[in-house]
Parts: sequence; structure tokens; C-alpha cells
Amino acid sequence: MTEITTMTVRELSRAMEAGQLTSEEITRSYLTSIDENDGKVNGYITVTPEAALEAARAADKARREGKNAPLLGVPAAIKDNICTKGLKTTCASKMLGNFVPPYDATVMEKLNAQTVPVLGKVNMDEFAMGSSTENSAFKITHNPRDTERVPGGSSGGSAAVVAANEAPFALGSDTGGSIRQPAAFCGVVGMKPTYGRVSRYGLVAFASSLDQIGPLTKNVEDNALVLNAIAGYDRRDATSVNNEYPDFTSQIGRDVKGLKIGLLKQSFGQGISGEVKSSVLNAARVFEKLGAETVELSMPSLEKALPAYYVISSAEASSNLARFDGVRYGYRSENYSDITELYRNSRSEGFGPEVKRRIMLGTFALSSGYYDAYYKKALQMRTIIMNEYERIFESCDVILSPVAPTVAYKIGEKSQNPLEMYLGDIYTVPVNIGGIPSLSLPCGSDSDGLPIGMQLMGRHFDEATLYRAGAAFEAENGAYHLERGAF
Amino acid sequence: MTYKGYEMVIGLETHVELKTDTKIFCSCPTTFGAEPNTHVCPVCMGYPGTLPVLNGKVVEYAVKAGMATNCTIARYSKEDRKNYFYPDLPKAYQISQYDLPLCEHGWLDIESETGTKRIGITRIHIEEDAGKLVHDDEHGTLIDCNRCGVPLIEIVSEPDMRSAEEAVAYLRKLRAIILYTGVSDCKMQEGSLRCDVNLSVRKVGDTEFGTRTEMKNLNSFQFIAKAIEYEFKRQVDAIEKGETVIQETRRFDSVTGKTSAMRSKEDANDYRYFPDPDLPPIVMSGEELERLRSEIPVLPDQRKREYVEKYGLSPYNGEQLTAQVEIADYFEAGAKLTKHPKTLGNLIISEIFRLLPQDSVNIPISAANMAKIADMYGDGLINSGTAKKLVSRLWEENADPAEIVEREGLGQINDREALAAVIAEVIAKNPKSVEDFRKGKLQAVKALMGQAMGKTGGRGNPNMIQEILDAELEKLR
Repeated sequence: MTEITTMTVRELSRAMEAGQLTSEEITRSYLTSIDENDGKVNGYITVTPEAALEAARAADKARREGKNAPLLGVPAAIKDNICTKGLKTTCASKMLGNFVPPYDATVMEKLNAQTVPVLGKVNMDEFAMGSSTENSAFKITHNPRDTERVPGGSSGGSAAVVAANEAPFALGSDTGGSIRQPAAFCGVVGMKPTYGRVSRYGLVAFASSLDQIGPLTKNVEDNALVLNAIAGYDRRDATSVNNEYPDFTSQIGRDVKGLKIGLLKQSFGQGISGEVKSSVLNAARVFEKLGAETVELSMPSLEKALPAYYVISSAEASSNLARFDGVRYGYRSENYSDITELYRNSRSEGFGPEVKRRIMLGTFALSSGYYDAYYKKALQMRTIIMNEYERIFESCDVILSPVAPTVAYKIGEKSQNPLEMYLGDIYTVPVNIGGIPSLSLPCGSDSDGLPIGMQLMGRHFDEATLYRAGAAFEAENGAYHLERGAF
Repeated sequence: MTYKGYEMVIGLETHVELKTDTKIFCSCPTTFGAEPNTHVCPVCMGYPGTLPVLNGKVVEYAVKAGMATNCTIARYSKEDRKNYFYPDLPKAYQISQYDLPLCEHGWLDIESETGTKRIGITRIHIEEDAGKLVHDDEHGTLIDCNRCGVPLIEIVSEPDMRSAEEAVAYLRKLRAIILYTGVSDCKMQEGSLRCDVNLSVRKVGDTEFGTRTEMKNLNSFQFIAKAIEYEFKRQVDAIEKGETVIQETRRFDSVTGKTSAMRSKEDANDYRYFPDPDLPPIVMSGEELERLRSEIPVLPDQRKREYVEKYGLSPYNGEQLTAQVEIADYFEAGAKLTKHPKTLGNLIISEIFRLLPQDSVNIPISAANMAKIADMYGDGLINSGTAKKLVSRLWEENADPAEIVEREGLGQINDREALAAVIAEVIAKNPKSVEDFRKGKLQAVKALMGQAMGKTGGRGNPNMIQEILDAELEKLR
């Protein structure tokens, strides 16, 4: 049998069904892999071997009793901004360094219902603000494809541990590309579902109108399997959408004949590396070969998405993070003599520089006298972008674009230049502004063998078509991770 | 009311706690007086990752309050975040409504002794309450989060009031209407009705408004009236001394009866309102609005009109009787049993209201017994003093008032000759008073009157005594 940690979720599940493997064996293999490899990767903030093994044994017992579920006994890594009952949830911030939530996020309840052993909580940019996981207060995560490079962010830990075979799948969150870009940098598959598809209850909010939880996996099919498990209406999240959802794997295996794939002129302009551009355009040729039709389209508002995103996300963040004031949660400065000092010093000492930058940006954008020029304008831009997406999707079923302008860069290369870092989000943020789903998957590699990602974006609630197209591409081109393995 | 040629301009912001079973964004109970921090959950404590979900009853209750105050109800409204730091606010923002409130452009009529006046209601919006800080010598400041997330409506009036009386009449009327709709119990003592007063002054005849100050959280009608009167004079005196009124928030000290500055506009927060991304817009359908409208009960003004037309009560007294639905029901039950409903109404206002504790509507006297007292008084069988005494007695013990009158001989003395004899005796024994009367001191008549009433054991017919006494004194002039 192949080595356990190289198997997909589907393969692990089948092996357990067939009685060839137990969840305990699988979980132990992953814990061993974490022991052996995480020193190089630094993906985990917290590893929970005892709880994982206990859940694994419970899964095995359930299976012996005749129970089954697609993820029963398949272990997972969870981004550290998703609340786990009784387990530290730090958001990679000193501010929440000791925060133990007394409740599970809805996605955790759903995974627990399938008895998914949690291997641990993984690293991220502090409060999900960043694109390289260098903004973690605790550690810098390394890209397993080249450990001198960043894994991307903010779900860098999630992508890195899947790419390093330290977890068969991981949950991440995506506010402006935080699942898709690290997936692309690490050569794995990541989905940002339609806004409202997955409950946000228990996800520590960064920008509430943009945040979505989604899966990071080794291949497309696994991704659909995990989304099946975590999607659905939740009465505790008023923004979750109350509609039926299909089996996201149902379209996998179907060909792409007749599928219209749009290429946006604006997605291949200034700033994109030649290798990324040619790799993504080559993917378009692959789709044509498979019977899809490609159309060139224009979406002028795309260029305004980045500034709109930074205004909206920072504005919401400034309010969402106001509760971390030293009174109720997490870090409290020891140095204060009155309430104002308690606020000021707790926040000054508890937050890192990037978080402070966003809070200041957002506070400014919402201030009286500036609201109309910034926040209101950004909201107007958002409406224009949403309308343009609607128009674009009258001419195509899927939009194909790069995920990031470059492959993974070196650790430290951009961390001193926030603006350059922000520019790296140019292809991912419009999706969150529009609330549409987007699947990030590898489409090739550069001359150094580093993975290049593409994203397939779809209509609201049409994740199934994205999985269909992604799986068809993968069947033709191979899954980057499965072909190369870890490191 | 004017002072040194100035008038005051008053607008009120009233916060009313809605009596839903559960909080506005979670399922914690809203009951008052629980042990601190027992009616809390991760949502109302603002734990990271939690989300608010709007309680539909809150919208219904607010819409009902709006309908009962003649507001236009928004078919589309939204909730906004009001951002500020305070230890009683766990999320560091309050979910409220900013530019699209649920209800707008309403009004209500107040009745003062000078007539009817219409007061505009600018808006009514929904919001969540904050927690409570408890200052404790041993532990310092403690936070009780039970009240966090209790649903409130804020009712903002137009600056239409010109005296403390009008402000209090407005509040009483607002309270009456809300009590009728059943959306709040409006207990000022428990803080389920709280009021902020915005007040400015201007020269009588001016049309521009002056700079206003705000007085926060006044928790009784009496304090509101006192605070307004003090603040009015303070502002006028300041202007007369050549000072300017500063836009600021002021605190009323109920012990000294004075107001003092709390914080000025410069220190005021920039609340950075923006639409709450966790909550979708509130959309009301026509059917829903119709259903809510059909649930609005008969309101105090309609009942008042009935009392004026059917029973001949003054509009002012009608307003007082209808301020609480239980009192109005009580009056109506008694009115059916008496020949003298107007007398009954006046007795309730003068005697029952005197005995009722604030916020209470529990009257220990049955409506039937009150009707009997009204009958005896209206028919001249007892005088007003006896009627009062009977009410006080029945407040303490349950008995038949007619039997008490019978048994204790409290009936009114209407025998003209007997009264004339008493008066003759009083005149004879009080030559000093008679002399004073001759000198034009009208006080003397009152003294003689009191003597005569005393001699009848308080049972004499006061009108008759007055009449005879006047006639007798006239003879001695």
C-alpha cells in the first residue's frame, strides 16, 4: 500500500471502508509526519495528538458499528481563526494568545458530526491580514516546495501542511484571496465558496462581508468532498444562505464540452510575470482541447477592486477588532492607570504592525468627513463590480484567471513593503467583492519547478461547475501535489 | 413658560426596553433583576467569532410602537454599527440604526390644562442595550452583562415642547401609548423607560434655535421637570451674563437639583456609523404590516374621546385616566355601575392616584365599591371629606362603603335648620373672627367655616354651610 500520508481524502476513506486502514493508523501517520516535517515547515501553532487519537478511535468504533460518512475518521488541520471548543484559537495574535473558545464554529460542529480528528491549529497572518503568513505573532511558515519561500497567506499554514503531507486536508478562510493564493503558492487546491455558502459562525471576523471558510486539499475531488461536509444554511449566521446545495462532487467526471470559459483582458496586464501568464493561457488551451470554448471579455471595474477591497475590509476590520480592548478578552497590558491607558496599551502591545495599519486605515475611512470619499465610494464600486460580474456571466460560465501575479516569493522579500504585498492580491480580491465562488488549482510550474495557480470563478452558488472544470483539467494535466509529493 | 423674555425649546430622546422574551440578537432571557452575568452567552458577550441574528419580535414590537404613534413604517431598513469604547460594551460597538430607521414622521397629541398640542416624532429605531457597570468598594468596577443585548427602541421627538409640563405630558402620553400596545412595561425605576432631554433657549419670538445641551438618563418625571427648569434658567442666566451656551452633555444631580457638565462636544465620539455586515437589511411586506396594524389595540386617545363625550370628563382628566390601560379598564368597569361616572373619574384621579405607588396599577378597592362611593357622593349622601376617608379606609380593608356610612353614621347632614343652629353658635362664640370679617379679612370666613364643619363631625354639607354662613355674616356687616 502507498504511504498513508500521500493518499487523498477519498482514498483514505475508501481504505477505511474496505477495512484496510483505521482512522487511528491514519491519524498516527499524520502525527508522525508532523513530528518529522513541521520543524522545516512551521505550519502548526498547536498540535493536539491526544484529542486527535481519541477522535480517531471514536471514528473507528463508529465504523465498526456500521456508521459511515465521507469524512469519517479522516483527520484535518484547522486554521487558527476558526473557533474550536476547549482548544486555543489564537488568530496568530498575541492578543488572543491564550483564548480558548467555549464553543465550536459551525464548520467544526459539522466536522465533529463526521468524527474528523483534529490534528491541530495552523498558522496564518495575524487575524488573517496578510498574504505571506509572515505577519504571524508566533512563527514564520515555510513553503514546502522551497523552504526559503513564503507559503502565501493568510491561510499559509493550511496550504503548507497539506502540501507537506502533514494533513490530508485543511480548513482556511478567504477574505481577499487567503485560501486561493497560498493554495497556488504551495501547489494544492483551495476553494473560496460563494459568500453565504458556508456559515461564518465561529470564524473570528476580519471583514464580515467578505470572509468565507473553505477547504484546502490535495486535489479537486477531495475539495468537493470537504465542501459537502461544511456547506449549508446556519440559523446562527444571518448572512448564510438558506438554499439547497447539490452534491459538489456530482459534476466531477463530466467533460467540459460546450462550457464557455471567459478570459478577462484586465487579468493579464501590467505586473504579471511572464511564466504565470503563459501558464494560465496554456491552461486555456487545455480547456479548448477538452472541448470548452474560450471567450475574451473585458471587465473595466476590475482595476478598482483592489482599492475598494482595502477600504471595505479595513473599515470592517477596524470595527470587528475593536472588541480586543483588554477589558474582556485576551491580552491585557500590565501597564495602565486608567481605562484609556488600559485600552491604548493593551492594543498597542497586543496587535502586530499590519493589524494596526489596517485598523488605522479602516478607522480613517469611516471617520466623519472622510466616509463619503472612501467607504461610501468603495461600496458604490462594489455594486458596480457585482453588476459587471453579472454581465460577464451572461457571456461565459466560468472565468479563468491567474491567482497571483507571481509564484511564491522569498521570505522577507516583500514584508517591508506593504503596498507591494497588497498588489499581489489584485486577482483574488474581486471575487470576494462580488461574493462569487472561486477554485484555485495548480496549472503548471515555473522554471524552478515552483507551482503556478489558476482560478476558476463561477456564478453565485455554482461551485459544482467549478469542480467539474477543475477536475477535467486535473484529469488531463495531473494534480501537481499528487505527482510531486511533499518537498 | 418664559423667563427674562426667553422661552425654552425641548426635544426628547426616549429609550424604551421592549418586553420580548429573549434578547435582540441571541436567545438569552431579558428578565430584570437576575444575578449578574447569568443571562449571558457568547453572542451577547461579543465573543470572537460569534454573530448576531435579529429577533423578529423586536421588529414587530418597534413597528407597533411606530404605528401607534402615527409613524410611517419603512419597508426597507437596515442596522448599523455605532463604534465606541466603553467597558459596558463588549463588542466596542452598539448595533443600532443610523440613516434608515424602522419608523419615521410620527406624532402624538398631549393634553395640558391649556388645551391640546401635537408633538412630532422624528423617528423610532431599534438597538441593543449595553451592560451595567457596578462600582464596588472592595473590587473596583465590575461589569454585569445581563443587560447587553436587551432590545430597545429609541424614540426621538421633534423639538416641539416649550415647558417642563409639556415634556412630562409628552412622556406620559408616550408611555401610555406604549403600554397599550404591550411592547414594553415602561418601568422608569427598572430603567425600562429612560429619557434624555435636549434643551436650548431663545428670545420669545425668535425662530432660530439656540445651542442645546443634553441631559442624560433622567429616571423619573419629577427629575425631568426639575432638570428642565434648572437648565432653562441656567442657560438664560448665562446668556444674560454675556456667556455662551456650550453644546455638551450634562448630568442632573437629583440631590442638589442642579445640572453639571459631563463632556463637551469636542470630547464627543466620532461613532463611525456603517451598515452592520453581519445583518441583512430588514424588509417588511405589506401583509406583515397589515397583520401588525390589526393587532394594535384601542389607544388612549380613542378612549379619552369617549370619556369626554359620554361621561362629560374634561380632556385633561380623560388623559390622566387613560394613561395606563389597567386604570382605564378599572374606571370603565366602575363607570358602568354608577350614576355619577364623572365623579368616579375625579375620585380616581384625586384619591386613588394619591395612594398608588409609582409604576403600580394594583388597586386594592374593587371597582364596584368605588362606584358606590361615587354614587353616595354624587347623590349628596356623603360629603367630599367622607368620600376621601372612605377611599383611604377601603385601601386598607375590604368592606362595603355603604355599610360603613350606615354603621358609623357618616352620612352628610343636609338638614338646613340643624346646620343653621350650628352656625349661629359658631358666630356667637367667635366674635374676633366676625370682627375680622367686618374689616374685610376674607380669611375669617374660612376659619368660621372650619369651625362649623368641625362641629358637624365633618359631615355637614359644605355647600349648604357656606351658603348659610354667607347669609348670616351678610346680616352682621
